Amino acid sequence: MADLTDLGIADLRDGVRDGSFAAVEVAEAFNARVVGAKALNAFLVETPDHALTAARAADAARAAGDAPKPLAGVPIGMKDLFCTAGVQTTAASHILEGFVPPYESTVSQNLWDAGAGMLGKLNMDQFAMGSSNETSYFGNVISPWRRKDGGNAPLAPGGSSGGSSSAVAARLCPGATGTDTGGSIRQPAAFVGISGIKPTYGRCSRWGTIAFASSLDQAGPMARDVTDCAIMLEAMSGFDAKDATSLQLEVPRWEAHLSPDLKGKRVGVPKDYRVDGMPSEIEALWQQGIDWLRDAGAEIVEVSLPHTKYALPAYYIIAPAEASSNLARYDGVRYGLRDLPDGANLQDMYAATRADGFGDEVKRRILIGTYVLSAGFYDAYYTQAQKVRALIARDFEKAWEVCDVLLTPTAPSAAFALGEKSSDPIAMYLNDVFTVPSSLAGLPAMSVPGGLDKDGLPLGLQIIGKPLDEQGVLNAGLAIEERAGFLARPEAWW
Amino acid sequence: MSVDTATVRKIASLARIAITEEDAARVAPELDNILHWIEQLGEVDTSGVEPMTAVIPNTLRLRDDVVTAGGIRDDLMKNAPQAEHGFFAVPKVIE
Repeated sequence: MADLTDLGIADLRDGVRDGSFAAVEVAEAFNARVVGAKALNAFLVETPDHALTAARAADAARAAGDAPKPLAGVPIGMKDLFCTAGVQTTAASHILEGFVPPYESTVSQNLWDAGAGMLGKLNMDQFAMGSSNETSYFGNVISPWRRKDGGNAPLAPGGSSGGSSSAVAARLCPGATGTDTGGSIRQPAAFVGISGIKPTYGRCSRWGTIAFASSLDQAGPMARDVTDCAIMLEAMSGFDAKDATSLQLEVPRWEAHLSPDLKGKRVGVPKDYRVDGMPSEIEALWQQGIDWLRDAGAEIVEVSLPHTKYALPAYYIIAPAEASSNLARYDGVRYGLRDLPDGANLQDMYAATRADGFGDEVKRRILIGTYVLSAGFYDAYYTQAQKVRALIARDFEKAWEVCDVLLTPTAPSAAFALGEKSSDPIAMYLNDVFTVPSSLAGLPAMSVPGGLDKDGLPLGLQIIGKPLDEQGVLNAGLAIEERAGFLARPEAWW
Repeated sequence: MSVDTATVRKIASLARIAITEEDAARVAPELDNILHWIEQLGEVDTSGVEPMTAVIPNTLRLRDDVVTAGGIRDDLMKNAPQAEHGFFAVPKVIE
């Protein structure tokens, strides 16, 4: 039999459904892959029994003739930002080391209810702050990809969902959850040649997901192709009374309505995304993507999003401001780390715990957030950023008058080597230049692999859609996927 | 305006993060750099623009003010660094 770990979500689901193989065989195959890939450091906790228990339930249900659940027989990886009952959840931080949630996040519960099992908790940038997975307290995640220059420099898997991207690209799991605050699903997906979608803000409940920036955080799937993303997103989404910003809407049947036919659709190409210093290969791939979508029947229109250049600075006010507030809860009292120096009073304990428990990037963002929210600066920074955010959203609204989706590159470069950008915070922040604007506007957006650069590394294309039009995004993604024929995968060296 | 070490110490104190003089000196130019970069927002004309508060129009729902998930005190306290008699314990705050 072929290696089951070569199969994606749809094939695994269908194979278990029609009895080609047992769900337990699938779980065992992936459990073995996970154990054999420690060098990637993608998993923080391995949960082989969780995967096997779900698989046994899937096999038993099939034997009993029960209607199959949507993800029966499919094991997945869970980003460590999602609270999982009885399984350590740390957001890759020291301050939450050893934290075992007594409850399950809504997104993970939805996946278990759909029949999926968990292979383990995936490493990530600490509290989802980072674009290279170098801020995890538990060490860097390594991308399974290598440049073909023979140098074997360890490459960044992107971030913050770097464990998710590395694990899916290395076939350690057929799909994984990610979260996206400013590009944390799309940029890592692009870096490793997989697909990932951030749905409209409010589609996936944030309940039980460790908060970074609440007005931006959205969960979404990362998987090998567009169809697999559609399947997984259907299972993850849905109204949840426990999240005040959850959208009270039916979950569309995205998989059933997938179509690569874009006749009658207009694809906008924002000229403002042509940034200085963009590698010519990315420019060329973007043009290739335009040609592919035209070939799929779409009409191409140039659009302008004039406030694009202000999206990143606005984001680096809003996200740290929200983070500084959200992360105030880590105080050494109710859960997680406590650092109580001899003779320390309560205030000293807070300060020592937080100094010890947060990594440098997390502290940096808390300090920025505290600064921009402090008396005397609030209006100049935070209020101005929220106004600019309104203008960025307005840019998109104007674009939707003339187009249905937007096509852009996902990231301004291919994966870089670990350590290459970690000394310059702003250079690192610039990675998200193409993904942050749609995050600020709450729009659905996805990355699909488009091709390889001269070093043999994957490059991604991003599709941004109107609010609630995940279908339009997925369909354009499918049209690209069918034409790109991206089959490259990293050679197993780990 | 530029961020000096005194400013860093002040915001670290507001954020309840202990910081050494050495770290404050290291962080000050980093924050200064980042804040200068984000200050370009000042050049955007935002007169008459309402600050955005919700990205997707949504109505906040109200529910009856009743306990929905009570009776789990012991579960919730399992992760406490120090819990005594069903309470979170902290260093003495009243002499």
